[in-house]
Amino acid sequence: MPTQKTVAQTGNVLVAEAMRQCAPDMMAAYPITPQTTIVEEFAKFVANGRVHTQYVTVESEHSCMSACIGASAAGARVMTATSSQGLALMWEELHIASGMRLPIVMANANRALSAPINIHCDHSDIMGARDAGWVILFAETAQEAYDNTIMSVRIAEHPDVLLPVMTTLDGFITTHSIDRAEMMDDETVTSFVGDYVPKNALLDTDHPVSHGNFAGLGGPYFEFKRSQRLAMDRAHGVVNAIGAEWSGITGRPFGMIETFGMEDAEVAIVVIGSTAGNARHVARGLRAKGVKAGIVKVRCFRPFPAAELADALKGVKAVAVMDRSESFGAEGGPLFLEVRSALYDLADRVPLVDYIYGLGGSDVKTELIERVFTDLSDIASGATAPAGLTYLGTR
Amino acid sequence: MATIKELSRREDRLEGGHRLCGGCGASIAVRQVLLGAGETPIIAGCATGCLEVSTTIYPYSSWKVPFIHNAFENSAATISGVEAAFKGLQRAGKIPAGKKMKFVAFGGDGGTYDIGLQSLSGAMERGHDMVYVCYDNGAYMNTGIQRSSATPLGAWATTSEVGSAHQGKEQRRKDLTSIIAAHNIPYVAQASISDWKGLTAVAEKAFASEGAAFINVFAPCPRGWRIPHDMTVEIAKLAVDTAYWPLFEVVEGEWKMSTRRVTRENRKPVEEFLRPQGRFKHLFKAGNEELLARIQDEVDRNFDYVLKRAGQ
Repeated sequence: MPTQKTVAQTGNVLVAEAMRQCAPDMMAAYPITPQTTIVEEFAKFVANGRVHTQYVTVESEHSCMSACIGASAAGARVMTATSSQGLALMWEELHIASGMRLPIVMANANRALSAPINIHCDHSDIMGARDAGWVILFAETAQEAYDNTIMSVRIAEHPDVLLPVMTTLDGFITTHSIDRAEMMDDETVTSFVGDYVPKNALLDTDHPVSHGNFAGLGGPYFEFKRSQRLAMDRAHGVVNAIGAEWSGITGRPFGMIETFGMEDAEVAIVVIGSTAGNARHVARGLRAKGVKAGIVKVRCFRPFPAAELADALKGVKAVAVMDRSESFGAEGGPLFLEVRSALYDLADRVPLVDYIYGLGGSDVKTELIERVFTDLSDIASGATAPAGLTYLGTR
Repeated sequence: MATIKELSRREDRLEGGHRLCGGCGASIAVRQVLLGAGETPIIAGCATGCLEVSTTIYPYSSWKVPFIHNAFENSAATISGVEAAFKGLQRAGKIPAGKKMKFVAFGGDGGTYDIGLQSLSGAMERGHDMVYVCYDNGAYMNTGIQRSSATPLGAWATTSEVGSAHQGKEQRRKDLTSIIAAHNIPYVAQASISDWKGLTAVAEKAFASEGAAFINVFAPCPRGWRIPHDMTVEIAKLAVDTAYWPLFEVVEGEWKMSTRRVTRENRKPVEEFLRPQGRFKHLFKAGNEELLARIQDEVDRNFDYVLKRAGQ
């Protein structure tokens, strides 16, 4: 019988607790703000003998992901956590982890990239890794960070997927704020994630295999890449199925997108991560005043839920995408590019504008979101849209 | 140390038919090292480089043991992860408690002295129960003979060219073996493919040590050194006899020479090692006498340093 207890904890503590409950065989740990408290919390579990995990205190994030790749290929359930510059240093290894089809689970505390150096939240780090072949989940709250971490293990290890998964939460806003959350009992999580049965494990020395072979010189590199594409396509259904299963146990809904007020919305904001809460709060207030405002929150960025977004946004009179990262020189931020592409095949064009906001932890006050809705109402009523892309709230 | 009879009965764990050049020193190094693991199951890793691209062309593999290649700079970190997985799974009871396994990472000098130094240092400091083997051929051979920090003073390479203004590499080589010895790990050795039996003996000791061990193996590259492919072992032997490449071990911090054959008095002049190699031919042209003398001084200084550390 699943038993949940209500806790007041930070997102990072809840991610560490979820990792403990998933019982990784190996964890690599390297400090970087604002991720550090995840691996610190886990170090306490190790010190107190609460986990069997081999805890490897690597000397850099590059070696962190390198060691994770070795351990995962060896046949272990492997977890780690990083952020920002650390994720950037791992870049080479992110592609190798997915190319070798290793179901590593990594938490990322979303943080700005240098320069100038900045330790606060935005999505520059994670969006820079969006084409690395990992499944990418975003959490709005500590609760979602906890739930996503547990689901990540099942998604990654699913035989139809076998891809690494990043479970991300917003730096400081979600990693360090104390939030109310429901934590599941250990036994229920253990039985939900199950035992990992690896394929082609290095440690199966009776059946030697070679990992990481050379596929150039006319070799099957191209075909390997297509198989990754197909695995990521299959991940779409698996993410939904695992989400439904976890929903059934916890009573908390999970979909690749989550909507608010979209049944009759005329103006809508598409948003990722912690800002969804502010956006929902503003939309609720506007709806009380008769504005048909709606919110679409994207919880899974890879694979991208294009069909779900098109379905949610069709017929809306004006849509704003809020990007917490840049793609300098592009038509908009990464989320905008994805959403516009998702809407392209709709019979009726949905007017779409992009707002770059909150870079380097710049405050996202409700007034800023109200301003976006005001712009959207203007567009919906026929006024000219703000030209191209708007930097929201810069001084 | 296993007898020759015993060694002859052990399985070759690197299969022939790979695509390394004729006379390549790397495959000799791998073969002799793997022989040193005895019958214990072993998992091998390798940095990107000649050895990796020539032995694992998909769908083939020359490795008769489980093998992993990850990238260029992280062979040590990767194998440290494999070893950690073994420990974690053993603690979980998924691998029998008494089961023994060996872990070995290979890398060339580019992947070890240069780009992989941090990864190696980290793995050694953490004390994983693994052996790291550097096959040192003194340049980036896979990309076409570029200088590394292991390239000897005065050597030609495609990024330390010889011309009217410069005469090859102008810097001394890095003493990696001492750097790793300074990690205070249980076992460090400098070995050569020319002493094939000694190399296997060194590998046996490295595998028998609990914790991290390191072997730096001198492994000539005929293509990069501009020598005939049937001179590999001879050149390696000259490196030892001229004291360019002293053979020694550092066991629990105690330095000792692996051979008493080469002494301060009877070591051959380094010229004998340099002259047969095309990469040093400019050193024997008029005007380079001083550089040649500097190379001899450098060899003497290094040999003296090693002998002193070994208490001689």
